[in-house]
Amino acid sequence: MKAAATPLKKKKKQSGVWLTLLPLYLFTLVFVAGPLVYMFVLSFQTRAEVWGVVNQFTLDNYKNIFQPVYLNTFVESFKLALTSTLLICAIGYPFGYFMAKLPAQWKKRVMLLLMIPFWTSSLIRLYGWIIIFRANGTLDKLLMGLGLTDGPLKLLYTYPAVVVGMVYALLQFMILAVYSSAEKMDWSLVEAARDLGATPLKAFLTVTLKLTLPGLLSGVILTFIPSMGLFFIADILGGNKVVLVGSLIQDQLMKAHNWPFAAALSVVLMILTSLMISLYKRVTHTTELEGIL
Amino acid sequence: MGETILELQNIAKHFGDTDVLNGISISISKGEFITLLGPSGCGKTTTLRIIAGLETPDEGRVILNGQDVTDSEPNKRDVNTVFQNYALFPHMTVAANIGYSLKLKKRPKDEIKKAVDDALALVQLSGYGKRMPAELSGGQRQRVAIARAVVNRPSVLLLDEPLGALDLQLRRQMQLELKALQKQLGITFIYITHDQEEALNMSDRIAVMKDGRFEQLGTPAEVYDSPRTSYVARFVGTANVLTGTVEAVEGDVLKVACAGGCAGALRRGYSFTPGAPITLAVRSEHVEFTKDPAACGIAAVIREKTFAGGMLRIALELSDGTTLIASRHGIDMDVQTGDAVRVTWAPASAVPVDVEAEEAK
Amino acid sequence: MKNRTKLPNIYIGVVTAVLYLPIVLVIIYSFNESKISSVWGGFSLKWYETLFRDAAMFEALGNSIVLALCASLGAAVIGTLGAYGFTKVQLRTKSAVEYVSMLPIMIPEIILGMVFMTFFALVGLPFGMTTLILAHTAFCVPYVYMLVKARLVGMDKSLAEAARDLGAGEVRVFFDITLPLLVPAILSGMLLSFAMSLDDVIISIFVTGVNVNTLPIKVYTQIKTGVTPEINALCTLMLGATIILVVLSNVLGKVGKPRTGKQHKETAERSAAPVPAQPQ
Repeated sequence: MKAAATPLKKKKKQSGVWLTLLPLYLFTLVFVAGPLVYMFVLSFQTRAEVWGVVNQFTLDNYKNIFQPVYLNTFVESFKLALTSTLLICAIGYPFGYFMAKLPAQWKKRVMLLLMIPFWTSSLIRLYGWIIIFRANGTLDKLLMGLGLTDGPLKLLYTYPAVVVGMVYALLQFMILAVYSSAEKMDWSLVEAARDLGATPLKAFLTVTLKLTLPGLLSGVILTFIPSMGLFFIADILGGNKVVLVGSLIQDQLMKAHNWPFAAALSVVLMILTSLMISLYKRVTHTTELEGIL
Repeated sequence: MGETILELQNIAKHFGDTDVLNGISISISKGEFITLLGPSGCGKTTTLRIIAGLETPDEGRVILNGQDVTDSEPNKRDVNTVFQNYALFPHMTVAANIGYSLKLKKRPKDEIKKAVDDALALVQLSGYGKRMPAELSGGQRQRVAIARAVVNRPSVLLLDEPLGALDLQLRRQMQLELKALQKQLGITFIYITHDQEEALNMSDRIAVMKDGRFEQLGTPAEVYDSPRTSYVARFVGTANVLTGTVEAVEGDVLKVACAGGCAGALRRGYSFTPGAPITLAVRSEHVEFTKDPAACGIAAVIREKTFAGGMLRIALELSDGTTLIASRHGIDMDVQTGDAVRVTWAPASAVPVDVEAEEAK
Repeated sequence: MKNRTKLPNIYIGVVTAVLYLPIVLVIIYSFNESKISSVWGGFSLKWYETLFRDAAMFEALGNSIVLALCASLGAAVIGTLGAYGFTKVQLRTKSAVEYVSMLPIMIPEIILGMVFMTFFALVGLPFGMTTLILAHTAFCVPYVYMLVKARLVGMDKSLAEAARDLGAGEVRVFFDITLPLLVPAILSGMLLSFAMSLDDVIISIFVTGVNVNTLPIKVYTQIKTGVTPEINALCTLMLGATIILVVLSNVLGKVGKPRTGKQHKETAERSAAPVPAQPQ
């Protein structure tokens, strides 16, 4: 439909600009797509005698996953992730909600206060919990001092400790997600509901909860998925007692040198997390994963 | 008339299925102040952008200073634009904004400084050079946008509804200033607005646009007193449009039969045969009426009396349901709603519009 | 809900206190004279001294900083150019590539670590700083990309048009107009990348070489093997650095934003007031 002279000019203009996409394309294809594809290929290969892989197609790796001990790991990881996420919802949602209702000055202050732990190395924060949980650590001292317990609780290297660690590590994501959703809310809608006769609880359930649901779901995704993979928390706070998929993959890679199996485990883990994301997308009808950035 | 500086030849532009512009042609003279007038969506902004080079037409040519610039880039054309939202660069000072085009041309620093200072003086913002756009009021930003565009002394200056965001008083003041500026600089101004008052006040010529075409192109007087179509008649000033049949032709005067009576009109160069249908446009300030039932004219009943915009508006309903508006100065008149009156006007006040036949001129 | 109960505020206060509890404890114990954390031996700076004499620690710190700098710079270039190209260029594959480039922050880190390690081994890259930088850049790019793209999409298009109208070619428009206005977003992205890179443990463990230690790796292995109180001092210092970074990014966030609202009206009135002949 354009006049004859224009298409030539348009093409010339395009050719300069597409160079800006080149770095992204190259880098992504080589260093993101490439490795991921390789992982997929690797999961079908056979492990060589001593080290490395042999180019023999096999489904054994995937079959192996169905062995009870490995399946159990997945189940355990899932249970841990679920427990942590539920706790995070319970603690984080009210926080985000209350925070959104603060006066502007306080919002900024609390946000700043939240940012510091958020950006502090997760290791440091974990280490603090070791101090608290270790035998004769802070918690024990406190409880013994108050006369609530007789001897050290030995909470370190237990399942509850890991849960606490997970919750602690990921709480901020939920808070920020709920906050950003609650902050944009139109509070006059709640007032309208009250005006029409709803009790505070009903108004909350029918208006606020529905409107902050996207934030809550964002938060769930932002906490559930990482919690499936944050094995080093389980490592540090749980010792060898708590084995997650993450630690399993690490073991297979580093100690057992069974790369194909590790790859297969990773593929399954990835499929599980992708399912979660698509479930989330379907539930919230969004096309992009809105981060808290 | 002066030499032609810009010519548009049969410009057409489509966006998907819509024809945004359909055969726009115009010759603009050097030093002219021409306004494109029309409602939103009529294609005036698209026309401007095509002249600026920000869009390319699907058909037609743009000839600037004798050269075909249809396919050339905006940065290569001797045309500058004052944008509707000013588009001042927020991270540069006022002086840097104004001097930007000169910096691109690599002019020496002291030349740029002088040009910027001159431009600031021109828009009465001397001394504002070091400010940032965010620190200025709307009117001040407006002036900076103008200064930035004129510092180049382009052949043609395009202004896209520049006064739209200003309040009424400021707008009126700026209209006078812009007109004075244009006269002073002698630059050809192509101005866009949907405000007919603005167009009538400032322009040497007005192009009334509708659906991607020029409905009428003429001086403010021509467009106001001699609208060619009912659209133009309604868009510029308040006009009454009514239909009737030509009863008789006596030289230049027409006798027209309308529902409920008859009225006069001038031929205005068209040729009519008795019996032919005709559409007339009459300005509301020219509509007269009298309670005298014996007078010649059109039978009507007063439906409403309102006072708006400093004028008294009287709505008159004809026997076929058509409503005519008459406007008067003064706050009231000795007529009541429901009174039966006869409506007349001087033949010279009625203009034939939407005439299909060729002009006799 | 009116401010009738203090419950919300109490809740926020308690949770925030718990959030800070471990951090505060680490700081306190870093000054603890006694080696055993459960016994308070008195205020002492000796762990800081030990820290400063630990050459291996400094080497790890140096590595981490270099790594973070390279990764954020790499991410800045790739992400900024990519975001700019995405908004300007029409290519059918661009949405797919965009999605893949975002994957590193959506996939659990353990998988990413595994994936990079096996791939680098396959390709034959020497494990060490190179592989670290490549892996870190990969998960930093999405941060810069998203922030820059959001800023680009929200940018006033008439600014670029005005620049072209005034005589600027495409390249000039990018450097004079687009890039300066993108700087806050790029810096935010770089700051975020820097922090993410410094904090990374899992991926680093997988792709580092035998001789290359990053700070998080060093801290992690020390925590696992046995706790030396030196760690407390190190953590406190890292905390201090974090606080500075957070404050910095807060300040940066305010720079470049046009003054709006009350401030704007004030300055406008001030500028209109002095000389009566001054136009509005």
